[in-house]
Amino acid sequence: MGKKVAIVGFGQTYQRSSRRDVNGVELINEAVTAALADADITIKDIDAVVIGNMDHFEGINYVDMWSVEGAGAVMKPIIKVTTGGTTGMTVAMSAYYHVASGMFDRVLAIGWEKNSESDTTGAIITAFHPVWERPNLGGAIAGLAVEASKYMDNYGVTERDGARVAVRERLHALNNPYAHLHQEWMKGMEVDKLVELLVTSEQNQMLAYPLRMSDMCPRTDGAAAVVFASEGVAEKTASKLAWVAATANRHDFVFLGDIDWDFNQTMGDAAKKVFAKAGIKDPLKEIDLCELYLPYSYGGLKWMENMGFCGPGEGPRLLWDKITDMDGELPVNPSGGVMSSNPIGATALLRVGEAAWQIMRKSGPRQVQKNVNYALATGFGGCSWADVMLLSSKKPA
Amino acid sequence: MTEQKQEKELLAISSGDAAQPFRWSVGKHGSKFLAELRDNKKLFGVKCPKCGRVYVPPRMVCGRCWAQMDEFVPVKDTGEIVVCTIVQFSFVDPNTGIQRPVPYGYAFVKLDGADTAIPHFLDSTDPDKVKVGARVKAVFEEKRTGSLMDIKHFAVL
Repeated sequence: MGKKVAIVGFGQTYQRSSRRDVNGVELINEAVTAALADADITIKDIDAVVIGNMDHFEGINYVDMWSVEGAGAVMKPIIKVTTGGTTGMTVAMSAYYHVASGMFDRVLAIGWEKNSESDTTGAIITAFHPVWERPNLGGAIAGLAVEASKYMDNYGVTERDGARVAVRERLHALNNPYAHLHQEWMKGMEVDKLVELLVTSEQNQMLAYPLRMSDMCPRTDGAAAVVFASEGVAEKTASKLAWVAATANRHDFVFLGDIDWDFNQTMGDAAKKVFAKAGIKDPLKEIDLCELYLPYSYGGLKWMENMGFCGPGEGPRLLWDKITDMDGELPVNPSGGVMSSNPIGATALLRVGEAAWQIMRKSGPRQVQKNVNYALATGFGGCSWADVMLLSSKKPA
Repeated sequence: MTEQKQEKELLAISSGDAAQPFRWSVGKHGSKFLAELRDNKKLFGVKCPKCGRVYVPPRMVCGRCWAQMDEFVPVKDTGEIVVCTIVQFSFVDPNTGIQRPVPYGYAFVKLDGADTAIPHFLDSTDPDKVKVGARVKAVFEEKRTGSLMDIKHFAVL
């Protein structure tokens, strides 16, 4: 089964709408430096690097080549991995595989993006088929809006339910100094009042029904880095560890029109796989915390159901019962999540790092009160593929 | 140096009007589909010999069954909205390089006789008409060039 692997360090840049003061390699270096400091190691301790982003956002290929000085990869094995929205999770999985293979002791995973450098929606569309999809694709926002349309139609879910997810994410982000969106005006306001404002305010522009501005993730400049180490080495490297309990990824379509819009099959199946590997039978009770790649609000409803945290159509109940709030039974995205920071190639790696920090109890003002034994981190790409990783406070059996 | 001055000194260099043309192979099945659409306003899917699923747009392999598909079956120019929205957010269309005009109705349409859906524009932006399950019919361009855009849009019936 390979060696057991733990996360020993995590670093990130402050997530911002534009980082004109740094180029890509300098941005990457900030996150790497922070991750090494967090693990209390130097770049000499790193045996290999896995790095990723989505080339088409910056229009510059081969980050594995031009980033080596900032990434700490000069004359070391470095591999680029790019899988769209899931990139950050795929670099984590790949770093995990490197270490689990027994061939490397400490591997650095890096994800980054400078979304300020291009039209994000235009660039995302280039990931879709030029002949069969691109001529008339509505972009990432419309792709998510149509999923929401079906979910609302199936279960009678309302715009208020979607807005309640947005309120949770934005309130959580107020505790995270690294988050891109800090909506200070929300501080101290009642949740119901905020939901009401979001669904009625004309300032909250409708982008593609039912999605308003507040229902979507921002576009962000930022980077993240996570250090993975093998059993035997990890324990000597850091006193606080987050072990990788299981990981899985799933793809299921050629064209977006092929998918089953009623159920996120890839997210559901990948989650089922990692839960089975860890012996988890009741995810709502046994998982302590989630850092989920929710690029839009309704993902926080439908995908919770598809991952098995509740039954079909029960997502809103989980939300309104405050189960997924900071002090709830299953806190979701104490960091503020993707809807508060979205440097796309780094976004899923932030989920891994934030989940690891919650287990290590290093999350500062966004640390949840409860003990975190199992934390689930997810990545989401295109409009329906999933990479997930389950972290544990205990070394897996 | 003032903060404003410093901000001005942080330069960003524009790519200008740089363009990179491509020529994409569509394969035998894709070519037949586009030629039938262009020449006869006929729409075809391809059927999996194992699971029987009819794929539009057509492709060579059913990934679920790992089976080669060669049986072309006609599908209708009418169908049903599987999922939909009304897009009010404009962005640069990477195929044309221009800002796409908004609003427009947008849906994934399952043509009668097909098991998968294709994305397309609708002729309506009326929220009472653009609905999951609504019936639609393809409206073809007068001058067709062998592209999915030979279907101008779908009319909501």
